Amino acid sequence: MSERKIRAIVAKPGLDGHDRGAKVVARALRDAGMEVIYTGLRQTPEMIAEAALQEDADVVGLSILSGAHMALVPRVLELLAANGQTHVKVFIGGIIPDEDVLKLKEMGVAGIYGPGTLTDTIVQDIRKSVYGKDR
Amino acid sequence: MIDITPILSGERLALSRLLTQIENDTPEGNEALNQLFPHTGQAHLIGVTGAPGTGKSSLVNRLAYAYRHPDDGQPPKRVAVVAVDPTSPFTGGAVLGDRVRMKDLAGDPGVFIRSMASRGSLGGLAKSTAGIVQAFDAAGFETILIETVGAGQAEVDIARLAHTTLVVEAPGLGDDIQAIKAGIFEIADILVINKADRPGVENTERALRGMLNLAHPVRRVFQHHGQIMEVQPTVDQDEAAELWQPDIYKTVATDGSGIPDLVTAITQHQAYLENSGDWVRRERTRLQTELENLLRETLITRWRKQISDEQYQAFLESVFERQIGPIEAVNKLLENKF
Repeated sequence: MSERKIRAIVAKPGLDGHDRGAKVVARALRDAGMEVIYTGLRQTPEMIAEAALQEDADVVGLSILSGAHMALVPRVLELLAANGQTHVKVFIGGIIPDEDVLKLKEMGVAGIYGPGTLTDTIVQDIRKSVYGKDR
Repeated sequence: MIDITPILSGERLALSRLLTQIENDTPEGNEALNQLFPHTGQAHLIGVTGAPGTGKSSLVNRLAYAYRHPDDGQPPKRVAVVAVDPTSPFTGGAVLGDRVRMKDLAGDPGVFIRSMASRGSLGGLAKSTAGIVQAFDAAGFETILIETVGAGQAEVDIARLAHTTLVVEAPGLGDDIQAIKAGIFEIADILVINKADRPGVENTERALRGMLNLAHPVRRVFQHHGQIMEVQPTVDQDEAAELWQPDIYKTVATDGSGIPDLVTAITQHQAYLENSGDWVRRERTRLQTELENLLRETLITRWRKQISDEQYQAFLESVFERQIGPIEAVNKLLENKF
């Protein structure tokens, strides 16, 4: 019995102007055999949580370049919890200053990736967090 | 043992999780489908198919919005959208990007959008799409829009699943010959030319209308180089008068033009199906197709367990080495001569 497919939301909350990085990650996850629900630009936390609920996502990936991560990410986590989806793993990519990384991890973010991260690192981290062990 | 009460009462998280079970063909999912089946049969299933890039997702977005904001004073229908995108045959992964086009539906509790990957199925739908649709039906969604992968001509699965099938075209995608090729146009209950603000829309309409006129089983008399030619009917006049005649609707999904007329056409088709008895006939065909597909797969899976991998492989080898042809191999396998 092969392992079940990972369903991952890739979203750009807030007012970022481009989604090149998010698309690179989406393709990498696809090439790793995952099903990526790509929700595009200008998502609100409410839209992201709604998508995670309807799509029964295992993972929510947020790409944030605007610096608004400390407002957007806690809101997404809050909404996921309110919808009964505390098992969903949240990963963040983009421009996140070092001093915020620790705070975000304490809030429950599973991984934070800056520019230059190898997509394979992200893929492996997601697999470990969803399947629960080193695969 | 799955409790279906939360599904029937519209509990979204329970429904979402069940859809995953159904998609993964788990025993719990199949058990739930069995329990839910008596509660199905109310929803209007609308299929939306057509080549990639014709704007199916944007059209579905507009249609769903129209159903949620009816202009005739009727209460809004609960709308489910099932959007299928292709799975990579090499990596097994998929990018499900139909939801991107449906931002107008965000935040509406009467809408549920579920993206599915085809997971290797050809024909435009995933294997479990029918089951997913049944779950939405039982959960009380009165209108279910099913958007196919969109690979074009081979996508006829949708015609067996949906009550009303929309085939979406766009200007500039092919010439007159393309329009009359068999396959996808024959399944259309309604033809839509989307992106109707693009150049070439008149040519597209003419080509499609020409094809419709040839296909429609009534007597047609038309002029060709001054000679009158007749196309003989394949049904008699009385019968033909009662048949549904697919018509062409022009839309621009990005700005909403043409959508109200399209919604009216879909409603008319639904009324036609009910009045003509075709609704019942199509339901029967749909369920028969589903049963037979399931039977075929289950039989093969069960049969395959009787033979070991080594024995099966040995059989394959003898076919590869041209000692025995495939037809004879199958006969031998089924007669247990291995």
